[in-house]
Amino acid sequence: MQTMPKWADIVLIPVINLLLAFIISGFVILAIGEDPIAAVGLMVEGALGSSYGWGFTLYYATNFIFTGLAVAVAFHAALFNIGGEGQAALGGLGVALVCLMIPWPHWTVALVAASVGATLFGALWAIIPAYLQAKRGSHVVITTIMFNFIAAALLNYVLVNILRPKGTMDPASAKFAEATHLPTISDMLNAVGIPFAARTPANITLIIALLACVAVYYLIWRTKLGYQIRAFGKSQAAAKYAGISSVKIIMVTMAISGGLAGLMAINNVMGEAERLVLNSVEGAGFIGIAVALMGRSHPFGVLLASILFGFLYQGGAELALWTTIPRDLVVVIQALVILFTGALDGMVRAPVERVFLMMRKKEA
Amino acid sequence: MDYLTLLQILDSTLRLATPLLLACLAGLFSERGGIFDIGLEGKMLAAAFFSAATAAMTGSVWLGLLAGIASSMALSGLHGLASITFRGNQLISGVAINFLASGLTVLIAQSWFQQGGRTPSLIGGGRFEEVTLPFADALRDVPVFGPFYAEVISGHTILVYVALLCVPLSWYILFRTRFGLRLRAVGENPAAVDTAGVSVIGLRFAAVGICGLLCGIAGAYLSTGLGAGFVKEMSAGRGFIALAALIFAKWRPWYALYATLLFGFLQAIALRPDVLESMLQFKIQVQLLDALPYILTVVILAGFVGKAIPPRAGGEPYVKER
Amino acid sequence: MNEQAPAIELKGISKAFGPVQANKDISIRVMPGTIHGIIGENGAGKSTLMSILYGFYKADAGAVFISGQKTAIPDSQAAIAAGIGMVFQHFKLVENFTVLENVVLGAESGARLGPSLAKARKELTQLAADYELNVDPDALIENIGVGMQQRVEILKALYRQADILILDEPTGVLTPAEADHLFRILEGLKAQGKTIILITHKLREIMEVTDTVSVMRRGEMTATVKTSETSPAELAELMVGRKVLLRVDKVPAQPKDMVLEVDNLEVIDDKGVKRLKGISLNVRAGEILGIAGVSGNGQSELLEVLGGIQSATGRVKLNGQDIDLTGKHSDGRSRRKRGIAHVPEDRQREGLIMDFKAWENVAFGYHHEEEYNAGLLMDQAAIKDDAAGKFTRFDVRPDNPMLEAKNFSGGNQQKIVLAREIERNPDLLLVGQPTRGVDIGAIEFIHQRIVELRDAGKAILLVSVELEEILSLSDRIAVIFDGQMMGEKLPNDTDEKELGLMMAGMTKEPDGPVHEAVEAQLAHVDGEAK
Repeated sequence: MQTMPKWADIVLIPVINLLLAFIISGFVILAIGEDPIAAVGLMVEGALGSSYGWGFTLYYATNFIFTGLAVAVAFHAALFNIGGEGQAALGGLGVALVCLMIPWPHWTVALVAASVGATLFGALWAIIPAYLQAKRGSHVVITTIMFNFIAAALLNYVLVNILRPKGTMDPASAKFAEATHLPTISDMLNAVGIPFAARTPANITLIIALLACVAVYYLIWRTKLGYQIRAFGKSQAAAKYAGISSVKIIMVTMAISGGLAGLMAINNVMGEAERLVLNSVEGAGFIGIAVALMGRSHPFGVLLASILFGFLYQGGAELALWTTIPRDLVVVIQALVILFTGALDGMVRAPVERVFLMMRKKEA
Repeated sequence: MDYLTLLQILDSTLRLATPLLLACLAGLFSERGGIFDIGLEGKMLAAAFFSAATAAMTGSVWLGLLAGIASSMALSGLHGLASITFRGNQLISGVAINFLASGLTVLIAQSWFQQGGRTPSLIGGGRFEEVTLPFADALRDVPVFGPFYAEVISGHTILVYVALLCVPLSWYILFRTRFGLRLRAVGENPAAVDTAGVSVIGLRFAAVGICGLLCGIAGAYLSTGLGAGFVKEMSAGRGFIALAALIFAKWRPWYALYATLLFGFLQAIALRPDVLESMLQFKIQVQLLDALPYILTVVILAGFVGKAIPPRAGGEPYVKER
Repeated sequence: MNEQAPAIELKGISKAFGPVQANKDISIRVMPGTIHGIIGENGAGKSTLMSILYGFYKADAGAVFISGQKTAIPDSQAAIAAGIGMVFQHFKLVENFTVLENVVLGAESGARLGPSLAKARKELTQLAADYELNVDPDALIENIGVGMQQRVEILKALYRQADILILDEPTGVLTPAEADHLFRILEGLKAQGKTIILITHKLREIMEVTDTVSVMRRGEMTATVKTSETSPAELAELMVGRKVLLRVDKVPAQPKDMVLEVDNLEVIDDKGVKRLKGISLNVRAGEILGIAGVSGNGQSELLEVLGGIQSATGRVKLNGQDIDLTGKHSDGRSRRKRGIAHVPEDRQREGLIMDFKAWENVAFGYHHEEEYNAGLLMDQAAIKDDAAGKFTRFDVRPDNPMLEAKNFSGGNQQKIVLAREIERNPDLLLVGQPTRGVDIGAIEFIHQRIVELRDAGKAILLVSVELEEILSLSDRIAVIFDGQMMGEKLPNDTDEKELGLMMAGMTKEPDGPVHEAVEAQLAHVDGEAK
């Protein structure tokens, strides 16, 4: 029995959820003595009003696309990967090792190699919890949380004791060689004659992120593997009946998920910082949760949600610059989005369903 | 390592274990009632801020404690609303609460105090005093035991003793009272409770309520007992260590005490790398000590050292069925 | 009629779930000290009605009268206060609590647990003596058998001073002997003046123990009669609305080559309990072997082992060649490759992905097949085409493979699974509970398709807890009890009584009363399980 039309499920409910999150955010701004309308104005102006703003918005969005896809892919197998943060951190380590160890002749080759490194390291960090879930029944949510902390300690150790160049105090790796520097969006657009503000971090990784969206779409809905992942996510008993191996699905799905999270490091480590710093992920792994929830685990939804969060991030930075509202406002908005689109979904869904049922009864 | 150094380490073990213990017991009540809670961290953080802020403004640490508990319980209420009333995903709700606390505390701190997301340092009545237990000074000269009593047992703030008392109390409530029987039942099979004519929703809200209360005390202890004021992100992953301890303790109060003492001890020796180095004759990386609770938990979870079986109905919203 | 007020009276109860009308204007009167049966097919609305009575659902219209008093029952608390006790089909017990703790739960006498438990222990001893309800108060629920667990449920109700006891399909999980024991308990309760409402879809039980009976069909009460004044045939007709066709039209089997040989199959579950204790059987091409047995005696494990879902020890040969039982080199997929198709017992949990579209389900388990794939991607057009054909050939309604599986009725869901499995043209078809929860019309269709496959020279292993189904479909009948084969019978050589005894673990007619002998047997089994 269909209780409401599909468009309501895909569009109407997420929009209501999001509106609720934003309205409450507005009240929070009001409560700390600022004007929410003016704040929104500032954010839109700062994040979308100039190519400079877009350069940052798209840079953040690129990060979130990767972590959002990571969470989304795992969701399809009914796995909740909270470990994006740690996996992205390890991905950064992979990128750093690739970029520092080998003298690359050109960024294109370096990009391919670094992508492989990032994916492998991120996947590795997800495969261990996956193995423990598949073989030992340890809940992947708890283990991935633990692995975030272990990753933080590991990165701390590696940066302080191994990768830190002699004579510096900063727990960060050396700068990557010039040849590994990725072209930015502004480089690319200016090359074809479209003016775009320089000194913005958005770079070619954005294109890889878009390709990743397409790839994930095909993976989940068009391939045999995706079919099996979805079947496993919907009913483990049925998957077993069909001869779909739970061990394989959990391991492969988490590897893909971790690999996607790790791939984010191309953007922030190779594309932006051009060296590995402590806490390079800056919470993007967790935003992936909000993004995947909001995007209903669909790559297109993830893309839209990522741009929204990119906007919030850049807009939030602008706010912090021009008002007394700290950047942490974005964390609050992020929390509210997760709350309303994830945990409180039922609060919105039930009344909407009732409305549709009433409308149908009237028709009948 | 001499005896006095050992005593100092044990002393800080107890201090550092206290917030873990309170949060662990908080999680224990919630999860025994069938509600997973990965939002312990956020509740502690909120309570830490509101108790420090209130104590700073009123000068009364007790009012601060109340404010901390109130804020933590408000977040518990939110968790209950999402996961009990609207049957949302408990894990997602917990994640949201962690971020909510993380963001709001800084936002409000900045708005109220303009000190970059911290509260003013607490002085005098704004902090919990250390309590000297009876005979601490008199017994100090008794060999071995005397210094132990004076250094380790005595001289903590009241909340440390409250936390320790919570262990037998929790055990008694869970295993010797009607409420405890029902609470454990609702975490194992809510349908049994429901058909026995007891409200599943009421019990579960009680469980998250107690969880909020204990997290509130834990958070208040962080900023008004262990520290002297609120600092951004001051819970520093303790909510997750408490969660780890809960698994370590297999959801039992006494084991929770042992687990949190162990993790507290790890934190305490991480603060004294010199002692460890002189004892082991080689350098132990602090990062390893930081990561050890998490690694241990993963090992436990993997079932290499005994199996941890969570309450059966945990994480599942209750839906009546025919 | 009696001058007394009825113990319980329902007037004009209606309840809808969304657009589905589960109960329509239902009225019943049940006199005190009687056993009242409510009979009807799956989905007739029996359980909904009782859930309303127990405060689980709120009726849209109508009223409940207890001993002549209009009583509102907003929740279970109110039902208990009104003296209503309920034994659900799926027990509501806390597995890792003791019997005593389960009895006390919700009916404690004070905030401290100790005195409550002491009091309950005393009363339990009394109740045990009064009603033959012997249970060990300190046993953990997870360690006692289902018959025992049911007694705990009854004790729970009695401990709460219930005067009206509702039992929902109480014999579904019991052996005939355990069921007999239950009925004696019910007679005892009736003699003490308790009122009992028995919900079942088994005619025999209604005829055996009830005083009056109500028949439900599609949410409506079609009749209420005295049991002594009716007959099974009349009740059956009232239930389904037309004469039931009990026999399947089929020609005698013509068994050919040996297809399946099972030798000394053993399964140990994850709790260390032996579920199969050396099963041996064989099935030839062109015959249907029916496995009869009370559910939970190993037939599910047998299907799972053969279907590649569960590992086992022993030996299984298909067309003369060994198949791997360790699970290391085989699973459901490799079984399918070998020519074994499997219609699982629980189609909603295993056979279908309820959230998938019907067309996607048509490829389920066969998603590796070349015909469904085109290069790296799955060939959606080919799958949809195939689904459309299967829908037509198996008369699935509504005829729209784009709908999600959950939007189909039980019978049509089963047709989707059958179409998928039968049209693979397997050498061996495993079928579990083919018509559970399936409407009458679809049952005939499904039976016919199974017989057609047999006549096409395929081997079929049929597992069903419905004896009638076993008797009418099988060419040979093997009875399983406690993980062992009790023997084989030919359908024309046996009857329900003999099979029933075998299902209860007996190979021949016992000397003493049946139930005691079985009880002894079961006690022995229980002991082993621990």
